[in-house]
Amino acid sequence: MKHFKFILSITFLSLLMVGCGDDDRKSSNRSSSGAMASNAAERVYVAPGEHDEFYAFISGGYSGNLTVYGLPSGRMLKEIPVFSQFPTSGYGYSEETRPMLNTSFGFIPWGDSHHPDISQTNGDTDGRWVFINENNTPRIARISLETFETEEIIEIPHSAGNHSSSFVTENTEYVVAGTRFSVPYPQKDMPIEEMKGNFKGPLTFIAVGDDGRMKIDFQLDMPGFNYDLSHPGRGDSHGWFFFTTYNTEEAHTMQEVNASQNDKDFIAAVNWKKIQEYVQNGGGEEIDAEYAHNVYDHSTHTATSTMMNKVLRVDPREVGDAVFFMPTPKSPHGCDVDPSGEYIGGNGKLSTDLTVHSFSKMIQAIENEDFTGEAYGIPVLNFDSTLAGTVKEGGLGPLHTEFDGKGNAYTTFFISSEVVKWKLGTWEVLDRQPSYYSVGHLMIPGGNSRNPEGKYLISMNKITKDRYLPTGPELEHSAQLYDISGEKMELLLDFPTHGEPHYAAGISADKVKPNSKKIYRLDENKHARAALSEADTRMERDGNNVHVYMTTVRSHFAPDNLEGIKVGDKVFFHVTNLEQDFDVPHGFAIIGANNSELLIMPGQTKTTTWEPKKEGVWPFYCTDFCSALHQEMQGYVRVSGKNSNVPLRWTLDGE
Amino acid sequence: MKTSGILMIIGSALLLGLFIYPLWNIRLEAPQYPDPLGMDIFIAGIEGEEEFDIQNIDGINHYIGMKKIPKPEEMWEFNTFPIVIGTMAGLGILLGLLGFFGKISPHWFLGWLVLMTILGILGMYDFNNWLIEYGTDLDPKAIIKLTDSEGNPLSYKPPLLGSEKILNFTAHSYPRTGAYLMFLGMFLTLVAWFVGYRSEPSKTKK
Repeated sequence: MKHFKFILSITFLSLLMVGCGDDDRKSSNRSSSGAMASNAAERVYVAPGEHDEFYAFISGGYSGNLTVYGLPSGRMLKEIPVFSQFPTSGYGYSEETRPMLNTSFGFIPWGDSHHPDISQTNGDTDGRWVFINENNTPRIARISLETFETEEIIEIPHSAGNHSSSFVTENTEYVVAGTRFSVPYPQKDMPIEEMKGNFKGPLTFIAVGDDGRMKIDFQLDMPGFNYDLSHPGRGDSHGWFFFTTYNTEEAHTMQEVNASQNDKDFIAAVNWKKIQEYVQNGGGEEIDAEYAHNVYDHSTHTATSTMMNKVLRVDPREVGDAVFFMPTPKSPHGCDVDPSGEYIGGNGKLSTDLTVHSFSKMIQAIENEDFTGEAYGIPVLNFDSTLAGTVKEGGLGPLHTEFDGKGNAYTTFFISSEVVKWKLGTWEVLDRQPSYYSVGHLMIPGGNSRNPEGKYLISMNKITKDRYLPTGPELEHSAQLYDISGEKMELLLDFPTHGEPHYAAGISADKVKPNSKKIYRLDENKHARAALSEADTRMERDGNNVHVYMTTVRSHFAPDNLEGIKVGDKVFFHVTNLEQDFDVPHGFAIIGANNSELLIMPGQTKTTTWEPKKEGVWPFYCTDFCSALHQEMQGYVRVSGKNSNVPLRWTLDGE
Repeated sequence: MKTSGILMIIGSALLLGLFIYPLWNIRLEAPQYPDPLGMDIFIAGIEGEEEFDIQNIDGINHYIGMKKIPKPEEMWEFNTFPIVIGTMAGLGILLGLLGFFGKISPHWFLGWLVLMTILGILGMYDFNNWLIEYGTDLDPKAIIKLTDSEGNPLSYKPPLLGSEKILNFTAHSYPRTGAYLMFLGMFLTLVAWFVGYRSEPSKTKK
């Protein structure tokens, strides 16, 4: 018996030890994942010469531009000028690109870029274009992902604060624009306090052609709420668009308080397919409008600006069953649709909860006419009938949600400064990670599509404070990269972002990389004033305007000695880069120019203007270190007195 | 003699590959050219491996005063080579046909091969001369003038065969498909002669 007990105890002990061993292994697993976490550097390290896995297009906010980053490294690859002048390349300064910034208010040198979105085919990001909206002077731009240059900008008439923009439908049928600051529609002089019921919030649907060209199809005359954000339906809900609203109180002053009185605002569900049909059958009313449509042509290397004067106004009440309001608590900000298209989230920014509506329940409620009232003739659906679920106590101040394609959603909480992972369908919170600090947007590559690539998530934070070496009171914003491939999110990397990112769009590099152009072909250069060879170079006088047709090639300008220019002239330097080799730009700068430099890509022609004010001999030079003889790449302009008789003369090497 | 005749026809017909495929290739590698610049040398002219490679090679070469890569009309070779190759291929096929029908002795095949080899060596000699001229006949106003340890101007001649460092570039000079087809063809004509020669004694026995 004793023996038996002894054996038993040994067996038990050994079992225990085996158990312990197991435990040890588990904890060592855990500690190895801990070691991996501390070894985060390895997972974001992209070795010299190697490429990132994803492109991230991060909005520049008040920089007016779009920045391109690589993920997971967080390296900035390019800043693409969109709505702001960019002296580095001459965008918005050169004769060719100034028309891009033309609007019905005249030339506007700056913009506030907000929400980039990548074009889609069958609900997948296709890597053709990035769209981005301008909030201040409402516009939408289209950027080519072959050239990474802005190709088109369309102004949105009758809008103010184009914020719920520029999201695209799943076949890029439409890109939308909205109105965040309700205004008289059309604009007129009237007392501000008479806002209620008289201001409107038009939503604009812009059709996108196969070549990317944008054209305003119709403008929905919506009640004067503040349309904040939007997302398209997909899958079954393709054909619908959802917009969050706030200030359904229609307060015109101290909105901080007065727009936060209603317990619920709305998500507007817009059946755009129905309206499209209505419009195709002659519905809607043409009204006066004034807006600029600016198109950059890569063969002429020149933009044109056309003023448009009509837009088709559609009263949603006349279409019938086209627009519905879904009550959504607490001034919802982000309006996000899950990859299946079934769930529509409203991030009630003043609460701890997130409200998720069900598309199928919404359709049911519409069929049952399950309305609790109407707002300006638009049916308001019964809140309980469309509600799919509520994510409770996720955090404080939910703003935006993205999806990983594996049934999970990730929401930023601005006030509690964290990213929270939760499960679609059960609405349970699975994980939370602090953000540094006060996260606004977040992005998962393909997050606004049917097939997100749920490997990384970046959070874009509004407050930076001590995250980097201090640079005085003004700091860049900060983004954080999380690995979301596992059950728990892991913070891998911090990196600074330029301007103020208000959303980003990510895409697998493989979809974009092969299409990126290396040069512009000289034999396709149709610029009206290009000199396509040194034999074409010349000077021409037209009154006080002097046109110089100039070429660059490593490492000289042709011509490089110019005479016959007089004080009071306006000199147009049309500079063509004759190179046809990858990454051999040339620059052009001239002393005392009240204008930017030019940075000219191979095969491209750009024009800068110069108004000489003083007699003398003035140098110009190449600003890009183009070759070993870059320093020698220079020339002189002789400027004579107003009444001099020096003839136009242009030479290179005395010829 | 039938097998031998067929081999002779195939062998000499393979020369015609030179009208489609490049004979030789010179490729220039440098740190700032992750995609190397390259030129394919055909019997009728020189083409860039990529569309703008010739232009870009010329652009770089102007620093050291090298002449531009010649266009087909600027070198008599690009007129003559196609005629020589076409003639030799035609002649070889004709000899093969005659051999096939037993009209001539296989020693004609060997004769063809000897002639072709002589012409080939002359061609290579001429090609090398051009490389020497191209690499050493430099513009006296060249931007960059480099001399060797004895004060003689540096030669930028690419190797005839093999790889060599020239300033920041490494030049690789190797035969290409057209040349390989030609070598294979010439080898086949040798086999044709050998097979024909071996079968001759049995023929005399009859």
